[in-house]
Amino acid sequence: MNKTVLDFWVGLLVLAGIAALLFLALKVGSTSALNSSASYEVVARFENIGGLKLRAPVKSAGVVVGRVADIQFDNETFEAAVTLRLDKRYAFPRDSSVAILTSGLLGEQYIGLEAGGDSLKLKAHDRILITQDAVVLENLIGRFLYDKAQEGAPQ
Amino acid sequence: MLKRTIEHVGNRVIQAVWRMGYAARFFVTILLHSGTAFRRFGLTIRELYFSGVLTLVVILVSGLFVGMVLGLQGYETLQTYGAEESLGIVVALSLVRELGPVVAALLFASRAGSAITAEIGLMKATEQLSAMEMMAVDPIARVVAPRFWAGVISMPLLAALFSAMGILGGYLVGVQLIGIDEGSFWSQMQNAVDFERDIVNGVIKSVVFGIAITAIALFEGYDAPPTAEGVSGATTRTVVTSSLAVLALDFVLTAFMFRGIG
Repeated sequence: MNKTVLDFWVGLLVLAGIAALLFLALKVGSTSALNSSASYEVVARFENIGGLKLRAPVKSAGVVVGRVADIQFDNETFEAAVTLRLDKRYAFPRDSSVAILTSGLLGEQYIGLEAGGDSLKLKAHDRILITQDAVVLENLIGRFLYDKAQEGAPQ
Repeated sequence: MLKRTIEHVGNRVIQAVWRMGYAARFFVTILLHSGTAFRRFGLTIRELYFSGVLTLVVILVSGLFVGMVLGLQGYETLQTYGAEESLGIVVALSLVRELGPVVAALLFASRAGSAITAEIGLMKATEQLSAMEMMAVDPIARVVAPRFWAGVISMPLLAALFSAMGILGGYLVGVQLIGIDEGSFWSQMQNAVDFERDIVNGVIKSVVFGIAITAIALFEGYDAPPTAEGVSGATTRTVVTSSLAVLALDFVLTAFMFRGIG
């Protein structure tokens, strides 16, 4: 086997392999994990986070602006402390509110961020005060049945 | 009678343990004698051609077909839930996480691993390895180590090509043949496939498989009895043992990589 022919084919194999890896990295996958230099973290407290998971998207106006970085249970207030890692390109007013929403009927849960009207912006490690818990189906049905029963009761 | 049975069992166990220890020492010897494989990289390039480039066609064709089958079967199942747009996720995740590394490794074991064993076994049977030692050329450094590193380098490249071809096959069947929306096929795939969790873990898997397959193939060849039957038996053992090793290692690696993700 001629040495240059050998080199040519091996070079082709390596280049094709690298091209395939690049295709997988750029076209198939996405680096959704925001690195810490291009993001800032804020905390929001919820009484119930439902089925919210780590790395769930944070959306504002339907656009993904960050991810859930950490979920902790606070043993003093008995609340869930959710750390949101937001993209540094986006700044939100300090009185913005977050709610745990569900995409679609059976879809996964995400955090909806609604911008407020304050002129001061959220900074790193700030706390978002206005939060809305996840809707728990059992509570919803329970309240519905309770309301129905009240309607039918004699005044 | 009983005594002989016990002796027989004991002999088998001692043989197995001795062989395992011999294989481990052989593996360490390869690593210690790897300097030549990099100093005279031409040797490794030659082996990259034989184990990598010649396996390329098999990998590309079977990757394409596996992807096309995934596209058809995935569509059949997903459409019962009205979720045929998620076909991209099914195809990409199953290829990048599991099928790409595993099936490429099985093909590599039967195409390149068996060739390595047969070649080294025959070199030993025709006393080429002894001749090298007579000329003060270390056969491990000159023959074995370049083949080892060629296998370790080519395996992740082949697995990546397999996955890429498979995704292309899934795209051909799903988008071009069945008519799923092209935009949602790619965008749902990108949302679901994570670079670090899925692609990097797939590459780690294929590197581990490459090490396991080439180490087993080289050991079986080096350890083969220097007869025609010995070499043929060693070649068979290479394919069987390395296929089993790939599947078992895949379970262990998957358990470590994806256990903590909820």
